[in-house]
Amino acid sequence: MTREEVKIILTLFFSAAFLRKKRAVLTIAAIAWGTVAILLLLAFGEGLQNRLLTARKGMGENISVVWPGQTSEAYKGLKEGKQIIFRVDDIAFLRERLPEFEGIVGEMTNWGTTLSYGKKTITAFVTGANWQYGDIRNQIPDKGGRFINPQDEEERKRVIFIGYERAEELFGKEDPVGKEVLLNGTPYTVIGILKKKLQMGNYSGPDSYRSVIPLSTFVSQYGRQELDNLVLKVGDPKTMEGGLVRLKQTLGGKCGFNPEDTKALHIWDTVNSSKYMVNFTRGLNIFLGIIGVLTLLVGGTGIANIMYAVVKEKTKEIGILMAIGARSRWITLPFMLQSLFYTLLGGAFGLLISSAIIFVISLIPTEGNEAIEFLGKPTLSVPIGIFTALVLGAIGLLAGHFPAKRAAQIEPAETLRYE
Amino acid sequence: MNIPFFRKKNNGGDGNGIAISMDNITKVYDTGKIKVDALKGIDLSVKNGEFVAIVGPSGSGKSTLMNIIGCLDKSTDGKYELSGELVSGFDKERLADIRNRKIGFVFQNFNLLPQITALDNIEMPMIFGRVPSSERKQKARELLAKMGLSDKEAAKPTELSGGQTQRVAIARALAMDPKVLLADEPTGNLDSTSGSDILSVFSELNDQGSTIIVVTHDMALARRANRIIEIRDGRIVSDQKTN
Ligand SMILES: Nc1ncnc2c1ncn2[C@@H]1O[C@H](COP(=O)(O)OP(=O)(O)OP(=O)(O)O)[C@@H](O)[C@H]1O
Ligand SMILES: [Mg+2]
Repeated sequence: MTREEVKIILTLFFSAAFLRKKRAVLTIAAIAWGTVAILLLLAFGEGLQNRLLTARKGMGENISVVWPGQTSEAYKGLKEGKQIIFRVDDIAFLRERLPEFEGIVGEMTNWGTTLSYGKKTITAFVTGANWQYGDIRNQIPDKGGRFINPQDEEERKRVIFIGYERAEELFGKEDPVGKEVLLNGTPYTVIGILKKKLQMGNYSGPDSYRSVIPLSTFVSQYGRQELDNLVLKVGDPKTMEGGLVRLKQTLGGKCGFNPEDTKALHIWDTVNSSKYMVNFTRGLNIFLGIIGVLTLLVGGTGIANIMYAVVKEKTKEIGILMAIGARSRWITLPFMLQSLFYTLLGGAFGLLISSAIIFVISLIPTEGNEAIEFLGKPTLSVPIGIFTALVLGAIGLLAGHFPAKRAAQIEPAETLRYE
Repeated sequence: MNIPFFRKKNNGGDGNGIAISMDNITKVYDTGKIKVDALKGIDLSVKNGEFVAIVGPSGSGKSTLMNIIGCLDKSTDGKYELSGELVSGFDKERLADIRNRKIGFVFQNFNLLPQITALDNIEMPMIFGRVPSSERKQKARELLAKMGLSDKEAAKPTELSGGQTQRVAIARALAMDPKVLLADEPTGNLDSTSGSDILSVFSELNDQGSTIIVVTHDMALARRANRIIEIRDGRIVSDQKTN
């Protein structure tokens, strides 16, 4: 197509002979509505996905939690049904043998511990863990506080890190950091309060209620040597599967069980379960996208109808243009452009409206509003924008294509016949 | 005064001075239910500079023949050469180009684009013919002046009288310096005064060298031509020079 042809097509596109304003307004509104639907659905999907991902990360990223189980088969002279036990020394052993893990910590929890501050006494669960637990399990202290450090662990300090919900129970509005609490009667200094976080999935209680003390302190406080579980973290999620195989082999050798024995260890691999969640949210987004596309298609049908009406109404003008030498594509392309123009104009309005709606939603405080807290903040991302623009373009072209084709089939001799 | 677009132009092969050459042209309208033999073998030759009137009773095939001559429609069979080009074999797109470059068509019901001005209407074929914009405007103005309508440049067709509208239509037909000017009952919708105005325009154009073919019921117009062809029932029944 030459530059002159493009000029001709644009001239015809802009010429009053082709434009039609009244019904166009309605159809542009329909497209805008469809765009709002598709954008909001996808934005909510994205918000939900982000929220789920952060929630999943709330417990820690790329971690596996491993509990000891009972063997289900005899192994090297040991009978089946043997109870596997993790001990405190196993932590150092595993760290040495399994360098592929970025971090390995042991964890013990006691339920029915009394915590008291002033006149208030409550029964709570208390966890003993290595100092690395803070990073691995995403135990981030709120301003003014800290998590357990290596020295605390080394010196078996009586320090305690408390979940925010538990802290509120115990201290109310008071700032707990630096205060003393009694743990089964023994004084502990509060070193930090867990910063508020979204957590999906937990074991042995949610972190917001968890009180953590150094593992070494825990051992002497309760006189326990057996770990409840291990938590292992990898740097690269792809290495988790291989790492866990090596863990089974190493522990199998140490504790005496067949590494293939699925009952000997209970493993919660969050990398693997995240995959399901990612697939779930992807599926959800595809579903929402399809609904949005269908809504837009309704608008597209409106555009196509307008264009058919224009072709019908302008049959004679089209015949005249053909009679004085217009080529088919000089007739069809202005129609396609017009349809595309209506569609994109509607899309632009839709984008504005959606942005406004999303902005207004972002002003609603999430605090205490559980629905919004769960749904997450709707987010308009670049991929959503590109996807919507492509869908709009395709619908615009499609809605223009068929009416334009009909216009090109007009026979000048037939339409200009004088009756 | 030498007005360039009224000069007889030699647009490449002019078929040895022959504008139109038809050999056994037939046209069958097939509406599915019934077939109408509108033209039953037309042999016709028109030289450059001729002024031909086609007459005949209603339904005899005059418009059908004009549409084929004007490349608005294709014959069912037969050979048609327009200034040396064998257009009977052309496809839609090439016919569109031929209509633009070689044919100027004037209709009984004017067929101007109603939403745009007289000047824009005259420019339209030149837009399709890729005439540069400044040249286009100038030529459109000259043609309007030639038709005595310089003051109607910005008028929409609905604001013009029948005779004025038809003169704008003639100006549009002349915009691309066509090989032949075709007019199917150009005075059919006009009163006798405006009708005779239009006749004078055709005579003048013919004097300046234009090849003109006019379909008419009006014997007064027919007698202005230098050749009268009579059609009956899809056949040429007489073909005479006047005076
Ligand atoms: N598109 C068409 N489909 C079917 N039949 C047609 C069509 N156009 C013309 N005819 C028929 O072909 C024949 C010739 O028609 P045409 O319009 O050429 O006549 P005409 O000589 O121009 O008549 P008039 O003087 O009334 O304008 C007529 O019988 C007409 O009914
Ligand atoms: Mg007729």
